[in-house]
Amino acid sequence: MIQPGDLIASLGSWLQRFLLSLGLAPSLVSLGVALLPAILLPVISLMTAIPLIWLERKWVARLQDRIGPNRVGPFGVFQVFADMVKIFTKEDLIPQGADKIIFSLAPVLAMAGVIGVWAVLPFAADVYGVNLNVGALYVIAVGTFGMLAILLAGWSSNNKYALLGAYRAVAQLISYEVPMVLTLLVPVMLAGSMGLNDIVRAQGNGWFVFLAPLAAIIFMIAAQAEVGRAPFDLLEAESELVAGFNIEYSGMKFGFFYVAEFLHSFTFGALGATFFLGGWLGPGSETFPMLGVVYFLIKSFAVYFVFVWTRGTFPRIRIDQMINLSWKLLTPASLGLVALIAVVHRATQATPPLLQAVVLLGANLFVFFCALLVMRSMGRMARERSTAPRPGSGSGKTTDPGQGAVARPASASGD
Amino acid sequence: MNPWIFVGVFLLVAGALPAFALLFAKYLGPRRPAPIKSETYECGVETHGPTWVQLKAQYYVYALVFVVFDVELVFLFPWAIVYARLPLYVALEGALFLLILAGGLVYVWRKGALEWA
Repeated sequence: MIQPGDLIASLGSWLQRFLLSLGLAPSLVSLGVALLPAILLPVISLMTAIPLIWLERKWVARLQDRIGPNRVGPFGVFQVFADMVKIFTKEDLIPQGADKIIFSLAPVLAMAGVIGVWAVLPFAADVYGVNLNVGALYVIAVGTFGMLAILLAGWSSNNKYALLGAYRAVAQLISYEVPMVLTLLVPVMLAGSMGLNDIVRAQGNGWFVFLAPLAAIIFMIAAQAEVGRAPFDLLEAESELVAGFNIEYSGMKFGFFYVAEFLHSFTFGALGATFFLGGWLGPGSETFPMLGVVYFLIKSFAVYFVFVWTRGTFPRIRIDQMINLSWKLLTPASLGLVALIAVVHRATQATPPLLQAVVLLGANLFVFFCALLVMRSMGRMARERSTAPRPGSGSGKTTDPGQGAVARPASASGD
Repeated sequence: MNPWIFVGVFLLVAGALPAFALLFAKYLGPRRPAPIKSETYECGVETHGPTWVQLKAQYYVYALVFVVFDVELVFLFPWAIVYARLPLYVALEGALFLLILAGGLVYVWRKGALEWA
């Protein structure tokens, strides 16, 4: 019987019975039905990218006080299809001297790295690709494909600026990998397992965003930097280093980097919803798994909306500010947070859950205020250093602007 | 069925789909090679010198510090799963490990290895 409340699982069992009735071997049928999601999920993820790109363009446009695409179809809904047609029919250029195989491999790897995360996302209690017991580690490992793809793209285009852009991109991505994985440890610690299904189920008593809000905030910031979205989109903004590592890419290959970026940010929204917002949990999601899918999608779109909101609000930050933010603020904060949460969580194991939640929140606030104090003192030190009297300027020399300009050391953004 | 078989098939499909789309687009688009089209793009200026320029050593330092912290994290994942079921001193040990590495971060910071310039 196909039940609408449990659509996916009942469709799966119907398909299995149908194939068995056709007379195929049972082991082959079970293997085929188990592997069918491996073929469907990548297609579904790519199909999700299509309304996602339209939605993002409209949202960002409204945040920037303009309308967004509204010519192609009602409210511009066919804009993405028009872009797809354009990208498909562009000439496939490979620059002279570029490494042909790696040049073509890089966008494929970028897409594979993003789609690969969808294998472990729990959409509902029984709607997921595979329940890996090392889900969190797998997510991080597969996400690194994208990093590799960027370096390959920059290296194989026969272009100095692509290479510089790729190195900057990788410096940014590895700098933000550390706080991201550290704050990913917090849901793993609170749930006692790396599997994403277990992490979702462990949030039955309270979402982890309420138990460890600082970890959620640091994870969101690091996730946005990992994807390369504004305000961290120095990697591929058109005015920075001539579009960074994808200068020489055009047509379908560029289309893949573009789609991979949108899909990557939605995937991080889904991961944020899974790790911190309780995934598919919600009233009635145990009895009707499809309701779990609805809750999951609502939560991931909510996190994705926050990403789009920060994109439309903040200006782009400089590469040295970006890297300092990661190493000097996020990494120490998340190191302290993980250590403190571990001790507090274990020490309050025997107390009632409400008290444990309150103590965990207190630990978060403590780390937050420590980080604020450290930031304030560092800001004060930097301000004093920049307004201190320059040595030798009190000796009565004339302030000749030409001399001053020559004597000043080269600014921080050169490499 | 071993779950990693699923992951293997999934990653193969995830790689094959874009590859097929690339091949499809390659044969769908025009093919009119011209010398000016395949030149290196540098805002309209001609390039000088070899492409693979020398890079700052600072990138290597960032990668080194990242590797240290990444290996630390790999050691922390098993601890993170089991510390709740073990006595309190295990959690304190893990926190101590983290704080030793935080001390390492402070050392690297004070030495100036995290400056961009």
